[in-house]
Amino acid sequence: MYSYSEFDEAFVRERVAQFTQQVERRLDGSLTEDEFRPLRLMNGLYLQLHAYMLRVAIPYGTINPHQMRQLAHIADTWDKGYGHFTTRQNIQFNWPKLQDVPAMLQALADVGMHAIQTSGNCVRNVTADHFAGAAADEIEDPRPVAELLRQWSTDHPEFQFLPRKFKIAITGSPNDRAVTRAHDIGLRMVRNAAGEPGFEVMVGGGLGRTPMIAHTVRDFLPKADLLPYVEAVLSVYNTLGRRDNKYKARIKITVHETGKEEITRLIEDRFAELRPLFGGNDQTLLAEIEAAFAPPAFLSAPTDGYDAFYKADPVFRAWADTNLHAHKRADYAIVTVSLKAHGETPGDATSAQMREIAALAEDYGHSELRISHEQNVILPHVHKSHLPALHARLVKAGLGTANVGLISDIIACPGMDYCALATARSIPIAQQIATRFDALDLEHEIGPLKIKISGCINACGHHHVGHIGILGLDRAGVENYQITLGGDGTETATIGEKTGPGFAYDEIVPAVERLVRAYLSLRSSAEETFLETYRRTGIDPFKAALYEGEDEQDAA
Amino acid sequence: MSRRFIPKVVTANRLREGDVVYLTADDRWSLHHHEAELIEDDAHAQMRLLHATAQKLLVVGAYLADAKPGPDGPEPVHFREEFRTRGPSNYMHGKQADLV
Repeated sequence: MYSYSEFDEAFVRERVAQFTQQVERRLDGSLTEDEFRPLRLMNGLYLQLHAYMLRVAIPYGTINPHQMRQLAHIADTWDKGYGHFTTRQNIQFNWPKLQDVPAMLQALADVGMHAIQTSGNCVRNVTADHFAGAAADEIEDPRPVAELLRQWSTDHPEFQFLPRKFKIAITGSPNDRAVTRAHDIGLRMVRNAAGEPGFEVMVGGGLGRTPMIAHTVRDFLPKADLLPYVEAVLSVYNTLGRRDNKYKARIKITVHETGKEEITRLIEDRFAELRPLFGGNDQTLLAEIEAAFAPPAFLSAPTDGYDAFYKADPVFRAWADTNLHAHKRADYAIVTVSLKAHGETPGDATSAQMREIAALAEDYGHSELRISHEQNVILPHVHKSHLPALHARLVKAGLGTANVGLISDIIACPGMDYCALATARSIPIAQQIATRFDALDLEHEIGPLKIKISGCINACGHHHVGHIGILGLDRAGVENYQITLGGDGTETATIGEKTGPGFAYDEIVPAVERLVRAYLSLRSSAEETFLETYRRTGIDPFKAALYEGEDEQDAA
Repeated sequence: MSRRFIPKVVTANRLREGDVVYLTADDRWSLHHHEAELIEDDAHAQMRLLHATAQKLLVVGAYLADAKPGPDGPEPVHFREEFRTRGPSNYMHGKQADLV
């Protein structure tokens, strides 16, 4: 992976020094909270419900074992011994004290990490396919381009005061695992007729209170044009984006109000101006970055031990069936380490688990790790002969849950257990759903099913693109949960459809169970997934199951 | 006729630690909701909020939250304020652990 250059190192250290002084000035009263707030947000520090929260960037979800150990050290030294991996591939610490934050940032800088641009109206952490560099279906590793975008967008003078935050996602595969169509800019690698790699550029997607699927403004953009093109999009948005209304300030509204054709024309015009100004330095830099993402020295070893173990051990087999994905090499696998043990908090890892994950990456995974937007950890390169030993150690560390892609592999935002913006809790709903279906021993029979839960309309939990989406609201001073169905975050992205009235805190888990039981009775075969069944039957039979008996209750 | 005033407490987060605190009648910042001053009229509430907001080196984000009288002192009305009195529901962290 990419290591900091002297420039990166100096920049991050300088920022830590600045912020250290800003904290000192806040604590001695030289800065008011109004003056300090934008400064702390620029450095990833929020004030949440019960405490401060520090959001640390994990660029395009890539992290090395050394960095993971440092996160564990930070969790133990200045927090409560754990961290929370987020839907933007970042990690959040929920309990820092203001005066400790400079030391935490210093400790991050020691391993080439920071919290810069994890908040505020700027280009946020660029997210990427969590199987990048390993996936069998990949055209090219998207991370060099993501790193180029990180360097370009960091402290970019033109884009520090955008109308609103700006999120870019990138995938190198035709199968979209990075929810690119729900981003301000989504980049999906494709090949043109000549077989050359380039990008489909999608603009104006987003979730939140006005969910929208992005429009494709370019079917094929040559790779070499990427940076000037992205700059053209940002430039048009920076000029046109609304600053009068926070809720209408995202580029999705700009695209919606301007129209796809007109916005495409404006972007292309701006691109024509910008393209000649890029003299090729970006491509020289990209070539250097690409060298840093060279694949590891893969092993050549037999895999028959794995095959035998797979046949013999049902527990291992269940895990292998759900938690492994196809690697570009047949003798390797991509391992997803589930941070969704039944009843635990989605995305949380203890410091001991972080250290064990780091050790496992070194022992079996060519020292590579990724964080997924689905709040799990990925070992992208594991030789199949190592899988039985790896699995045994994961189980011992409480990390061997065989549920990736299943009903208990839930995305949940922190919700009102932590977040100051939340209108209801998300985490306990996720815990209860996972525990319930584990007790029923049904989740493997149900098969692929993505539940995503947000504790407010801002949709950090991606509920709009969950097969079952759950949105927690405050209805007259009581937590209430609204259900959407049929959402999809992949290349066939769809916004889920609302079912109707919401459910109380203690009614939502039984409601989900009714939906799932309806699916089991409706599906044409065990192979037809929840989403496929939903698309075949439409919402009506699910609505009927969800609200069954309500009329009788009303009549009573 | 004006609507009946819902009693209030002044609450904020401590600048250094971020902990949730409540303004008491004797001008302390308490970690306990039941020690807060229960404010019964709007004019006094605004005065107390001004007093709280002025304490820039102690607290951040002071605001008035609805409350009601209880046997041990003021109690929160809204579930958000109830969560703020104890901490998250997924771990024994925050006040529910610290104040035992």
